[in-house]
Amino acid sequence: MATKDAPPRWDRRMQQRLARGEAAALGELYDRFASLVHGLAHRVLCDEEAADGITREVFVHVWENPDAYDPKQGPLRSWVATLTHRLAVQRLRATETEALERAGQGSSEELERRVHRASVAARADYIVTSMPTPLRLALERAYFQRRDYRQTAADLGITEDEARRRLRLGLQLLSTAHEPGPPPEYGGTR
Amino acid sequence: MPRTSVEDGGRPLPEPGLVLEHRVLKSLLGAWALTACSPEETAAVEEHLGSCGPCADEARRLREAVGLLHTEETLDLDPALRTRVLEGCLDRRPPRIPVPEWARPYDAETARLDALLQDFGEAEWHAPVRLRWFEADVPASRRTTVAGVIAHLLTVDGLVGVALGLEDPLGDIPSDAPTPAGRTESYWRAAHFPPTRSIRRPWREQSHNLIRTASFAGGTSGDLTVRYGGFELPLRDSMLDRAFECWVHADDIAEAVDYPYEPPAPRHLHQMLDLAARMLPTVLAARRRAGLSGLSAPPRRHLVPAGAPGRSIRLEIEGSGGGEWFVPLDSPGALGSADHEVAHVALDGVEFCRLAAGHVSPEDAAAGQVGDREAIREVLLAAASLSRM
Repeated sequence: MATKDAPPRWDRRMQQRLARGEAAALGELYDRFASLVHGLAHRVLCDEEAADGITREVFVHVWENPDAYDPKQGPLRSWVATLTHRLAVQRLRATETEALERAGQGSSEELERRVHRASVAARADYIVTSMPTPLRLALERAYFQRRDYRQTAADLGITEDEARRRLRLGLQLLSTAHEPGPPPEYGGTR
Repeated sequence: MPRTSVEDGGRPLPEPGLVLEHRVLKSLLGAWALTACSPEETAAVEEHLGSCGPCADEARRLREAVGLLHTEETLDLDPALRTRVLEGCLDRRPPRIPVPEWARPYDAETARLDALLQDFGEAEWHAPVRLRWFEADVPASRRTTVAGVIAHLLTVDGLVGVALGLEDPLGDIPSDAPTPAGRTESYWRAAHFPPTRSIRRPWREQSHNLIRTASFAGGTSGDLTVRYGGFELPLRDSMLDRAFECWVHADDIAEAVDYPYEPPAPRHLHQMLDLAARMLPTVLAARRRAGLSGLSAPPRRHLVPAGAPGRSIRLEIEGSGGGEWFVPLDSPGALGSADHEVAHVALDGVEFCRLAAGHVSPEDAAAGQVGDREAIREVLLAAASLSRM
C-alpha cells in the first residue's frame, strides 16, 4: 500500500487543494483513507451502518475544516486516524449510554470497560497497519501462517536472530495500544 | 564444519533442559509469546520467567499484545458509499473547482477498479485474462494478464491525457499506430518482463491526474478533441468512453479471479448508454462506406436533408439507467424520429453493454424485436463494432 510511505509533501499539497475547494482532491483523499477510516470505525463500533456514518462524518469534517489539519504536527494519515477514533468512540459511548438507560441495568464501569476495549482494539489495528513493513511481515508469518521463528527467518531471507528481534519489537509496538489516552503520534511509529 | 544431528548419531538424546544465556532468552520472548519457538526453547524460556521479574513482565505484555492481533476481515467497502460520502461533503460545502458531470462516471469507475485491485496478491496479478471484441463483424481476442489489462487501460487513457497536455505514459516507446490497440501492443512489447502489480500506481496516478486536470480545465474543456487514430471524440464523450472501458475490463478482471462485480451506478450507466446510442449513426455510416452494411439502400423518399427526421430504429434499453433512443438509419445527419420508426428493439442495459463491449455476439444478444429484421440486425452489428481491444 502506498499510503504510509507517502512523503509529507503529499499531505501538504492535499491540505492546500482541499482548502482551495477542489472536489477532485476530496475524491483522492477518500481513495487513500476510506478503508482505514471505515476499518477503524468498524473495529470500535462492530456495525457496518454505524461505520458508514462515521466515514461520512470524518470526510465531511476534513472537507469543511481543511485548516484544522496542520502538516507540521505530523502525517495526515495519523490525524485522520485520530479523528476517526475520537468520533467512533464518541458514538459508541452515546449508543451504549442510551442502551444502558433504556435497559436500566449494567453499570457505567461496565460501559467504560467496553469503550476502553473497543478503543484498544482499534488502536492495535492502526499500529499493525502502520508499523514498519519488515515487522509486520514477520508477525504475519508467525501469527497468521503459524510459522515458527526459524521458518519465518527462512521465508523472509533473514537470520534467526533478526527474526526473533522483529517478532519481539513488533509485539512491543503493538502492546502500546494498551496505554491510556491517544498516543503522541497515533500508532507511534514515527 | 559438517554436523551430524544427534538423532542420527546413535548416542542417547540429551536430557531436556536447554541452557541459554539471559540475552538469548530475552530475545526469544516475542517468538515465545507467538508460540513460534521449539519445544526446548519454550521450556527454557518458561523456566527463566519463574526467576526473572523483568522478563516475566515483558512476557505478560507481549502475550497480551498477541491477543490484539486479528485476522483481517477484509470488509469490502461498498462502492456506493464513496458516491454518498462525497456528495454529502459537496452539499455541505460546494466545491470551488467541481469535477465536471461528464468526468464523474470515470471517477467512480476507476475508484471501483482500484478497490478491486487493492487486495490482489501475485497470483491474481498474473491471472490470465482474455480481451474480447468484434472486428469486421468477427469476434477477435487477445490473451494477457490482470496486470496486462491495467497496462492496456494506462496506455489508452494516455490518449485522453495527451489531449489535456499530460505526459504520455508511452514516453519514448515508439508506437505501431496511434490507436488503442497499436499503443497497447507497443507498450506490452517494450517491457522486458510481463507487467506486474507495479503497474497499478502509474495507472491510478494518471486517472487521478485526468480527473484533476479536467476539473481545472472546467466544463468547456469537454469540447477538446481526443484523437484515437482513425477516429476522434470530444473530451466529454471520451471520458465516458474511458469509464465504460474501465468497467468492461474491471469486469474481465473480476471474472478472471472469480470475484463478483456490479454494473455502474444507474445514472452513470445511462450516460454510457447514451454515448453508445449517439455513436451508432456514425458507425452505421462507416459500415456502409466499408461495404459491411446489410441494409438495402433506402428508398429514394427516405433520403432526407441533414437535420430532418429520417428512417429510425427505436432502441429501448430496459433496467435501471435505461431509456429510449431513436437511431437514424441512413445518415448520421438525420434526426432520429418516432414517426419514421421502422423497427423496435428492446434489450437489458447490461446486455446492451456486453454487446457494445464485444462480449456477446449480435446473434446471441437477448433482444426483443419487432419490425424490420434487417434494420435490427444491422444496428446490433453496429453496436458490436463499437467494441475494440
